[in-house]
Amino acid sequence: MSFHAYRDQWIGNVRGDILAGLVVALALIPEAIAFSIIAGVDPKIGLYASFSIAVVVAITGGRPGMISAATAATAVLMVTLVKEHGLQYLLAATVLAGLLQIVAGFLRLGYVMRFVSRSVMTGFVNALAILIFMAQLPELIGVPSLTYVMVAAGLAIIYLFPYLTKAVPSPLICIIILTAVAIGFGLDVRTVGDMGELPSTLPVFLIPDIPLNLDTLTIILPYSAAVAAVGLLESLMTASIVDEFTDTTSDKNRECIGQGLANTATGFIGGMAGCAMIGQSIINVKSGGRGRLSCFCAGVFLLFMIVVLGDWVKQIPMAALVAIMIMVSIGTFSWSSIRNLKDHPRSSSVVMIATVACVVLTHNLAIGVLVGVLLSGIFFAWKIAQIFRVTSSLSDDGTHRTYRVEGQIFFASADAFSAAFDFREALEKVTIDISHAHIWDISSVAALDMIVLKFRRDGAEVEIIGLNEASETIVDKLAIHDKPGALERLLGH
Amino acid sequence: MSKIVALVDGSIYAESVCDHASWVAGRTGAGIELLHVLNHRHAVGAPKNLSGNIALGARSSLLKDLSERDAETAKVSQKNGRAILDAAKARLEAAGVGKVTARLRIGDIVEEAAECETEAEMTVIGKRGDAADFATLDLGSNLERVVRSSRKPVIVASRAFTPVKRLLIAFDGGSSSRKAVDYVASHPLFDGLSCRLLTAGSGTPEIRDRLSSAKLALEAAGHEVEADIVQGPADLLIASAVETDDIDLLVMGAFGHSRFRRLIIGSTTAEMIRLCKIPVMLFH
Repeated sequence: MSFHAYRDQWIGNVRGDILAGLVVALALIPEAIAFSIIAGVDPKIGLYASFSIAVVVAITGGRPGMISAATAATAVLMVTLVKEHGLQYLLAATVLAGLLQIVAGFLRLGYVMRFVSRSVMTGFVNALAILIFMAQLPELIGVPSLTYVMVAAGLAIIYLFPYLTKAVPSPLICIIILTAVAIGFGLDVRTVGDMGELPSTLPVFLIPDIPLNLDTLTIILPYSAAVAAVGLLESLMTASIVDEFTDTTSDKNRECIGQGLANTATGFIGGMAGCAMIGQSIINVKSGGRGRLSCFCAGVFLLFMIVVLGDWVKQIPMAALVAIMIMVSIGTFSWSSIRNLKDHPRSSSVVMIATVACVVLTHNLAIGVLVGVLLSGIFFAWKIAQIFRVTSSLSDDGTHRTYRVEGQIFFASADAFSAAFDFREALEKVTIDISHAHIWDISSVAALDMIVLKFRRDGAEVEIIGLNEASETIVDKLAIHDKPGALERLLGH
Repeated sequence: MSKIVALVDGSIYAESVCDHASWVAGRTGAGIELLHVLNHRHAVGAPKNLSGNIALGARSSLLKDLSERDAETAKVSQKNGRAILDAAKARLEAAGVGKVTARLRIGDIVEEAAECETEAEMTVIGKRGDAADFATLDLGSNLERVVRSSRKPVIVASRAFTPVKRLLIAFDGGSSSRKAVDYVASHPLFDGLSCRLLTAGSGTPEIRDRLSSAKLALEAAGHEVEADIVQGPADLLIASAVETDDIDLLVMGAFGHSRFRRLIIGSTTAEMIRLCKIPVMLFH
């Protein structure tokens, strides 16, 4: 990317970016606090992380206008690590996850995203929304009924206040009013201060206090790998959503490296891993944020608010934050996907639902996406396997049959391919014309071999026409597609 | 000559770019490809909604909202772009240029110009565009970017075109200025024009050598040539020579220095384009 383009991504939309950054910072606070608590660490850890990730990704990322910070998706993966080994291991795992993401970026794994179909993406987004909502449940179950009143009031403010004015972020009004009411009436509700320590200083550089040996690595590696995978998935998906909004393209591999650098840096200042956030990115674009500056500002404002206004932030009732997170969850969920269930092909719906179900069961978005991708691959193979046809004609004297094979022959269609031949017919000569078929893999080669062998055993002479054209598509020879005219040959015969 | 690319926009320089291009086309028989690039700054505008909330179906409604807003502005700017191209085309055809094509693209001017240029022999661009202010003599913001990324000769058009009779080649002995001399000597565009070769500085024996061989080459091509070496700062020397010597076209090497070095010491190229009120032809 040229210097000019990069500079433009910073200063191309200053006013819009700064305002949007402010609005987004407000939506970052609840998530950072809420998911620190989910992961079992002080809110400080999530808030430092949100600051550092937002600032580093703003500088190094590949998708301007996207918001990254400490997130639900990565926090839920680290719960057991914190529980069993403590905070220092979390920090080390964060650093390692970042390094893995950097490697993924250099290996250009961003291209792997092409295997994630639209249905899997929808499933991912829905699963994420459900995770965010479920994370609010501890604040909603077994609490005094006053909390419900406050959450309901908070939601009402968030959704109704914009009818009054759209110039002030309604989540801010929600926080201010609920906090004022709680303090004014001396209500006994849980506040942010009850959740743990808030940062009172700027973050400092520190090296995670862990023994550097193989045991440590085996402890943190599985967590780091999961965090790295989920972080990249959510980031790249969010990037393509922002691509759609802004009708621009983004550099996916650069984004991988940016996310990696952000997580690595964050581990060293005592923050937990994070990634891009779908809900907050939507809020950003909606508020007019387009450039790198908005994510940067969001991070800086966040830290400023927490460090300078910490005494006030402590008194915010949890109900206000819960209301904001419910709003984020509702806004993230793709409601049209429910309506589409009955119109979309059943295989797509199955992929989407399977993705959601796996995530909700395992709390691991990576597993859900993996299942979704595998399922969509299988469905695709199943569909393509039906695109083949065998026709035949018998010579006048009844001793020579010509089979004409058309279509795609690969592992999923090899059996049906074999079954299309009549081996009971006594023939002197069999011609198999496969010049209009594509042989994609070893299964289909083996099937063809078996067919030839069977006819020979029955005393027929077998001739195969067009083997070269048909086998051009075998995986090892796929390089042929680079040559001019390859596609025409592939489609033409 | 096959084709030259003329970059036009809505500024007054568009007409002069056309005139420069038709001068080249008239002398060489080249076709002209007019290029106007629409720079869609998608979905940028006053943020209307700072409410910071996202409700049911936030994604699809936001996408719809943004694309509707973009669609409106895009239609207007596309209409504008067509009008600019049509006007330019009419001007070229009136000037008797035979092969004129127009291309309207969306994106970054540097990328589009580079793509257009691959099948062309040279590019013509105005000194300033829509956005630049003539009064301050600042150069257009896209000019340097286009020139830097271009691999072909670039003619930077001045505000008004005057027929070229005499040209000045700023000769520093470097590879791009020697390339410029070769080009002038061999190209039909310059047939019969008188030239002046000017070298600023003390003139080492090596440069003197190169200067005299450049002079010979130009003379061999049938040009009337004067060559001299003058002490002093290059930009001022050249600017005053242009004024006093009735020069109609300045030919020189382009942006020799890295961007970084430019930040500190400035660029002779940009300074020359700014100071001289005549078109400048740049070589890499």
